[in-house]
Amino acid sequence: MKNRIAIAALLGLALYPARAAQPGTELRFCLRAEPKTFDPLLVDDDNSETIRYLTGGVLIRINRKTQRLTPELASSWEIDRHGSRIVFHLRPNVKFSDGTPFSAEDVAFTMKRLMDPATHSPAADPFRSSDAPPQIAVPSPLVVSIAFGAPVAGLERLFDQVAITSARSPLKIASVLGPYYVTEYKPGSEVLLARNPNYWKVDPQGVRLPYIDHLRLEIQQNRDIELVRFRRGELDLINSLDADAFDEMSRLAPSSVVDAGSSLESEMMWFNQAPAAPLPAYKLAWFQSTAFRRAVSEAINRADICRIVYRGHARPAEGPISPANQFWFNAALKPHPYDIASSRRRLEGDGFHLRNGLLYDRDGHAVEFSVITNAGNRNRERIASMLQQDLQAVGIHLNVVTLDFPSLIERITRTFNYEACLLGLTNIDLDPSAQMNVWLSSAADHQWNPNQKQPATSWEAEIDKLMRAQAAETSDAARKRYFDRVQQIVSEQAPFLYLVTKNSLTAISPAVQNSAPVALTPQAFWNIEVLRKTVLSAERR
Amino acid sequence: MRTIAKVLARRIGALAVTLLAGGLLTAVLVRVSPGFDVDERELDPRLNQASRLWIQQERAGNRNILAFYGRRLERIVLHGDLGTSTSLDRPIAQLLRDRLPVTAQIMAIGVVGGWALAFALALPSVLCRSVVFRGLAGWSQQILLCLPAAALAIVVFDFGGPVRALVALAVCPRVFEYLRNLLVEAYAQPHILTARAKGLGGGVILARHVLPYIAPQLLALAGVSVSIAFGAAIPIEALCDLPGIGQLAWQAATARDLPLLLAITFLVIAVTQICNTVSDWAGPGEKRI
Amino acid sequence: MTRPGLTAILVLSALFLTAIGSAWKGTTSQSRQFRELPGARPSHQFPLGTDDLGRDRLARLLFATGISLGLATAAALVATLLAAIAGGAAGYFGGWWDKCTVQVIDLLLSLPWFFLLLAARAVLPLNAPPLASLVLTYGLLSALGWAGPARVVRAGTRRLRDSEFALQAGAQGCGPLRILWRHVIPNLKPVLLAQIWTTVPVFILSEANLGLLGLSAGEPYPTWGNLLRELQNPFSIRLEAFAPLAVILITVACFKLATPREELPI
Repeated sequence: MKNRIAIAALLGLALYPARAAQPGTELRFCLRAEPKTFDPLLVDDDNSETIRYLTGGVLIRINRKTQRLTPELASSWEIDRHGSRIVFHLRPNVKFSDGTPFSAEDVAFTMKRLMDPATHSPAADPFRSSDAPPQIAVPSPLVVSIAFGAPVAGLERLFDQVAITSARSPLKIASVLGPYYVTEYKPGSEVLLARNPNYWKVDPQGVRLPYIDHLRLEIQQNRDIELVRFRRGELDLINSLDADAFDEMSRLAPSSVVDAGSSLESEMMWFNQAPAAPLPAYKLAWFQSTAFRRAVSEAINRADICRIVYRGHARPAEGPISPANQFWFNAALKPHPYDIASSRRRLEGDGFHLRNGLLYDRDGHAVEFSVITNAGNRNRERIASMLQQDLQAVGIHLNVVTLDFPSLIERITRTFNYEACLLGLTNIDLDPSAQMNVWLSSAADHQWNPNQKQPATSWEAEIDKLMRAQAAETSDAARKRYFDRVQQIVSEQAPFLYLVTKNSLTAISPAVQNSAPVALTPQAFWNIEVLRKTVLSAERR
Repeated sequence: MRTIAKVLARRIGALAVTLLAGGLLTAVLVRVSPGFDVDERELDPRLNQASRLWIQQERAGNRNILAFYGRRLERIVLHGDLGTSTSLDRPIAQLLRDRLPVTAQIMAIGVVGGWALAFALALPSVLCRSVVFRGLAGWSQQILLCLPAAALAIVVFDFGGPVRALVALAVCPRVFEYLRNLLVEAYAQPHILTARAKGLGGGVILARHVLPYIAPQLLALAGVSVSIAFGAAIPIEALCDLPGIGQLAWQAATARDLPLLLAITFLVIAVTQICNTVSDWAGPGEKRI
Repeated sequence: MTRPGLTAILVLSALFLTAIGSAWKGTTSQSRQFRELPGARPSHQFPLGTDDLGRDRLARLLFATGISLGLATAAALVATLLAAIAGGAAGYFGGWWDKCTVQVIDLLLSLPWFFLLLAARAVLPLNAPPLASLVLTYGLLSALGWAGPARVVRAGTRRLRDSEFALQAGAQGCGPLRILWRHVIPNLKPVLLAQIWTTVPVFILSEANLGLLGLSAGEPYPTWGNLLRELQNPFSIRLEAFAPLAVILITVACFKLATPREELPI
């Protein structure tokens, strides 16, 4: 009997497995979900993107801090004046992680695979400026030329998303050019990476990078658990923190949190203006009225949302481009002001009137509509509650409906059976050409009224013209003029009501040196190769 | 022997029917639910029209639910192939293999821990004359029964407690009451009173007389407690982010991952039915807690 | 009825009256956001403080009491009625009818119920009031929750069917339906009443679990379940946030204490 109890106790202890540390320095942080793929050309989720960033070698990198293009595997490049052909000059003596030499052949192989329709790579579509496949030539082992059928807007920056894979290595995609390579993947648990012994970068003293030997990426969906583990010292960084958690950590360990200022993420709302939407005609008329949209926008207290929901770690949004986007942000724009009087004036001017505290349109319909948002996002649910109270002040009754994500997507992309939608926006790519499918009236992501055969309004026609012009232009200054005007039109017409731009909040252990969190993803480990890790004394932990 | 074989055959038949019906019902529910054949990738502004069409057609194969169900059954029964998860893009058999140990561990801790705790409280409350102890034991279990399992999970997690042991707190109160009544009845039996009067030690009485007397009911209870543990493990895993079957089921439901949900439904039905069968066979009559 | 049982009934009555009073007072006080006081500590103005949007916690708790208690009771009544019909018929008629009912019960107890709730919420019309979403949630709970009580009703019905007075009624020429209606069902009352008292706390706890998973009422309607979501933020938990948990504990404990015994008159 006693033996049985002892065995049971040991079993109990054994059921709490301790993770064995790897030799050398190890950096530990979390992925929010399983990576869906390890093939760098098929990446379309954040977690797979993290793996790609850590393992992939690219020809050109967008420096996450300066937001400028920096040469990586390509030591230099030239683009023809049309923007349809690019020639790369590659670094010599570079090897993949398994020792296979890197050459122009690998670039050609990767690009062919990327552009092959059978691959269905999400990174390929921005390159497809025409139906003709690109012409790829390898005049020498260190020179590769890629010619597209038509000019590709912002061509160079697109290569930041293309990780070069080997044409000859027997390990195929497992053989990489980035600072780390994947050594083990335990589904549902973690991904282990080790330092690439053949990584081409060295520091100014000639020491081969990266400094940290191993990475342990644990799969952890729950942000609260992630934070608890960070506090216990089981994790070294959290790439993206909620405002609540940030404030708590600021109180407990102020040296371990960083607010890097505005990020590229914002919250926005839009009204369904699609003529084919199954909505009553009078509601469609409201949503299609610029005055109505501007009135609703001016009734929203963005400062309160920033203060209460984001604890001051956000700012009222000016438009589609965040101030974190240093080049493309239109600094002349201001957020729509919180002005109830102005809101009421706009509504009166549009034929609405208040009666017993409720707003009615000219035909006597009470102004009431629903806003859908995705369930499970605490901040968005709070914003929706605040919108309810804000719009009550102008007599509008707002119904908040939280839906699980697939149901929400179906409504906004297929059935168009919704009235307003509250969602977040993340501009991963700095260049406005990445948003062509949002601004072109004929595109599917033109959320408020997609897939138009002809632009429904003159301002949408003007946006179409401006977006096409900036895509065809090679001068950045000219492109910026065009896109500044697009942002101005969007601010005036308010097809999207931009609410807040969130700050980039990260947590990094004091044991991690050389960290410099930024607004662009991956905020905390964009410079992974130069991060170092020391052992902290018990007091500093 | 023939009777046992007949009963066994009938039970297996009933299990098969329940599995088929349950699987079909789940498949139909998933198919008719909103958002079935949409994909989050459609919101990616990088994609052109051709790519979007391809994504939509990827899911088209599952639209005819009867054909899909027939194909799935054929693959499972004839080839033992559970298929591939559409949301995680991994073989379902591998996903279940990877995650079953976590759920099994949680259930094992839950059942063993729950029973151990229940015994530790029930036995002294039967043998001990202290009203206070009996009251405390009883009330502590009642309090556990009065709290939502999910809230308990969150509170334990928030205070850094062992979330994997939470299932024990779901099993224990449900076992305790029944166990205590069984022990009271057993200790009141004439032969046990005689044994006590003759001076036999408490341990010997428990091991040689009480436990064998209540063994059939205990076995029935064990079957049901496994079922309770399984049911409690699922929301606890989903809330506390434990990588078991429960979390997988939650992810599959929110992603409308039909093949994965079907496989998990089969698993849940099979486990529940087997536990109930063991309980029915071992116990007398219609014992349920 | 024992003294604890009587005390429990008094407490439950007080809770019901509070709920009715809160509903009478109206909904504005529970949804109003005092934005200059988010996360305020308990005070004279706000005895339980305010939540992170500055809403009065006590007002929301009182409102939630009405919703959760009222709808759980209604759902329990519906579930018990369904259990009485299905379990009663299965226990009385036996044979294939009984076997099929048992299969359906086992099936219902095995299905992923949370998925049903996800799907049901998503098909609701957008302008359905939040109360409709709540009613649907509890409706689904009762549609799924009859399975457990049906087992108990079935067992009780079988015993009554084989009782002496039922046999005598049959011998005297009463048809099966008449026996069922005039003799079996009236004598099932103690069982049904016990099941209602047992099922209400089950639904209260189920809604609480659903609320924590985000499957209960949408904003701004508070229920006990979605009030408990405040506990999900481990770093800003206040003692006041445990108030809904305490109320659930007291309510469910009172139901357990007040549950009448399931005694059949045979």
